[in-house]
Amino acid sequence: MTLTDLALYIILPILSVALILAVSRLIRGPKMPDRVVALDLMVTLGMGLIAVYAIATDQAVFLDVATVLALISFLGTTAFAYYLQRRPEA
Amino acid sequence: MSIETADLVTAVLLVIGAFFMFVGAVGVVRMPDLFMRMSATTKSVTLGVSFMLAAVAVHFNELGLGSRAIATIVFVFITAPIAAHMIGRAGYARQVELWHGTIADELRGRYDPETGELISKPPVHHPERLPSDGTD
Repeated sequence: MTLTDLALYIILPILSVALILAVSRLIRGPKMPDRVVALDLMVTLGMGLIAVYAIATDQAVFLDVATVLALISFLGTTAFAYYLQRRPEA
Repeated sequence: MSIETADLVTAVLLVIGAFFMFVGAVGVVRMPDLFMRMSATTKSVTLGVSFMLAAVAVHFNELGLGSRAIATIVFVFITAPIAAHMIGRAGYARQVELWHGTIADELRGRYDPETGELISKPPVHHPERLPSDGTD
């Protein structure tokens, strides 16, 4: 079994199932902060997916995408937290 | 390091990372309240993604790429607790329901949700925690 096989047939499916679990929490809720946590988790799982895909396809360029995703995820979560704390309702 | 050894290390790092990320996702679905869910994502998934990025660094074996991967790991390790702290604060301010089995809430009674003010009280005694001597 080569590394590409491992990445494509074992690691990527595991991460995809994890992503589905995160989406189920995003839909179920129950409150807004729970959804923000689920969204944060989804972005982090996306970083993992990109890293695995970079190994599977031997394309090192994808790592930069993961870095940018990390930056944007932090900004987005911080903005959501501010928004949640400022708005009393919803 | 020979090619086989590098591949083996990469595979092990990938499997460990996938395990931690999957555990984090299960935790987000199964945990009973917001703060426990946050603890699952922040700790487990951060560690998992670091293993994945380390696997990328080992696999490609270049100086520039490895340093970028390590910079990303450091960035994630710095920002994940900050983001979790901010969501937790916002959640507490919004008075998210705590799990019924929660045993410690040190802000209870000291936080005014109307104004967002923290009230400092004089230290309180916990008579239920003191050993009873049977005289009262």
